[in-house]
Amino acid sequence: MQCQICNKNSATIHLTEITDGVRTEMHICEHCAAEQDIAVKSHIPINELLSSLLAVQPTDDELSGASEQKLACPNCGFTLAQFRKEGVLGCPYDYEVFEKSLLPLIEKAHNGKTTHCGKLPSKTSKNTKNEIELLSLRQQLQAAVQSEDYELAAKLRDKISQIEK
Amino acid sequence: MKLTDISNDINEWFNGSGPLADIVVSSRIRLARNIAGHKFLSHCSNTEKSEILKKLRDVLMSLKLGDKIFYISVDKAPTLSRHFLVERHLISRHHAFGKGPRGVVIARKEFFTAMINEEDHLRLQVLKAGCQLSQCFEQINNIDNMIEQKVDFAFSPRYGYLTACPTNLGTGVRVSVMLHLPALKMTGQIEKFFSAARDMTLAVRGLFGEGTEAASDLYQISNQVTLGISELDIISQFENIIIPEIVEYENAARNQLLSKQTDILDDKISRAMALLQNAHLISSQEALFLLSHLRLGINMHKYMGASTPAIEKLYALCGTPKDVDKTNPLSIATINRLFMLTLPAHLQLNYGKSLDPTHRDALRAQIIRSALNQDTPQKS
Repeated sequence: MQCQICNKNSATIHLTEITDGVRTEMHICEHCAAEQDIAVKSHIPINELLSSLLAVQPTDDELSGASEQKLACPNCGFTLAQFRKEGVLGCPYDYEVFEKSLLPLIEKAHNGKTTHCGKLPSKTSKNTKNEIELLSLRQQLQAAVQSEDYELAAKLRDKISQIEK
Repeated sequence: MKLTDISNDINEWFNGSGPLADIVVSSRIRLARNIAGHKFLSHCSNTEKSEILKKLRDVLMSLKLGDKIFYISVDKAPTLSRHFLVERHLISRHHAFGKGPRGVVIARKEFFTAMINEEDHLRLQVLKAGCQLSQCFEQINNIDNMIEQKVDFAFSPRYGYLTACPTNLGTGVRVSVMLHLPALKMTGQIEKFFSAARDMTLAVRGLFGEGTEAASDLYQISNQVTLGISELDIISQFENIIIPEIVEYENAARNQLLSKQTDILDDKISRAMALLQNAHLISSQEALFLLSHLRLGINMHKYMGASTPAIEKLYALCGTPKDVDKTNPLSIATINRLFMLTLPAHLQLNYGKSLDPTHRDALRAQIIRSALNQDTPQKS
């Protein structure tokens, strides 16, 4: 699509404006957008992004009945209000205490992923290693079922029951 | 060791060598770790921070890295030294101007640094020249293993290595490459590169300049996803997909300049030469901008055999191509040296005292003039 103003560059900015119920669309290039003083915010600071993500979470909490919003971590005293301000957690334990609120955010920050895959500490016990593998296998199983790949799902199920023995 | 021992030269990873060095300037891998049993730094008292600092410092200083290592107490360092460490990419701005007891362990050859008490208790990084991510990872993984023998890191089976900010969770790995993309900029395609990078959930930032608009045409791209993908998979994505694609785009733009827009290319290179050889006052931003064009000219000759009138002239200054990177004054290493040594904190540290901006601009211009005008090999 070409820019509506200069008719030269390709339009990369698409604006939709609704004034008094009338919808108007504009397709322009970045150069013309700059000239028209239409600011394109290309870089949102990560803290801002995180807090805005978190700000939309309360509905989930209400649904699940969790009272994490008012909770303080018994280990470090951390609250979600502090997280909104600073964008960092208070202690490793917070990942458990505030799991319901943090999970959707973790999912968004990591392209939908919520389970670690990769390096394990060298001192990891066999039980922990099994636990990690089970977590990953269960997630793969869920994906296989969703994509109706039942052959793969059956294989994964067998693997899971083998480890669980 | 004093900072002035290293401030007179560039670090090894910035010497213009390594695979794909005409476009990929350097590779970096960073790991974020926290000690188990301690709170994250935002909730630590200064006493607890000091405890963490001492523990990690002792462990790091006992590492056998095959190079001398030294420690700098960042919170006690003078402001100029902190600016210098940031310019040299040895510590982050956040670390330089943060709060509380904190420090950095640096290998003498600067391929390894460890920030203690930055956002996480420990941030390790390994840097190498050119495209060498696998090699960076091998080295940093070994160092991480050595440290793990002595310290337990906060780890959860589900979320992996636990970090203060959920965006680093999992592997805690941040893979970055520094890219020189002057031709994409000259041909007006740099925005396309930005949006392609964003589509692949990569972070892009400009280096040696303000904001994402890099005066030096140097950009850093890094992964943002650290959870649910292994370290090796992240690296392989960079090495097999992301880097080759960007290198191809930049090379296509360089070819386009050479075949269709020689006037634009030659104008940029000639202007850069004329200004750098003659200016008496030059700001850091202007120097970075102009040096970038000289670097493009040299690399296009070296890697693509380009010989436009301006590049020929540049090469008359360089001597015979055989001498490149050895004795002639205009190798990529020389350009990089001028890049780094004329940054504000480098200038002042090497001069021995702080200077106001006008004096800095004069000193910078003088250093560049003498590097580009002296020792010009006589053509016989």
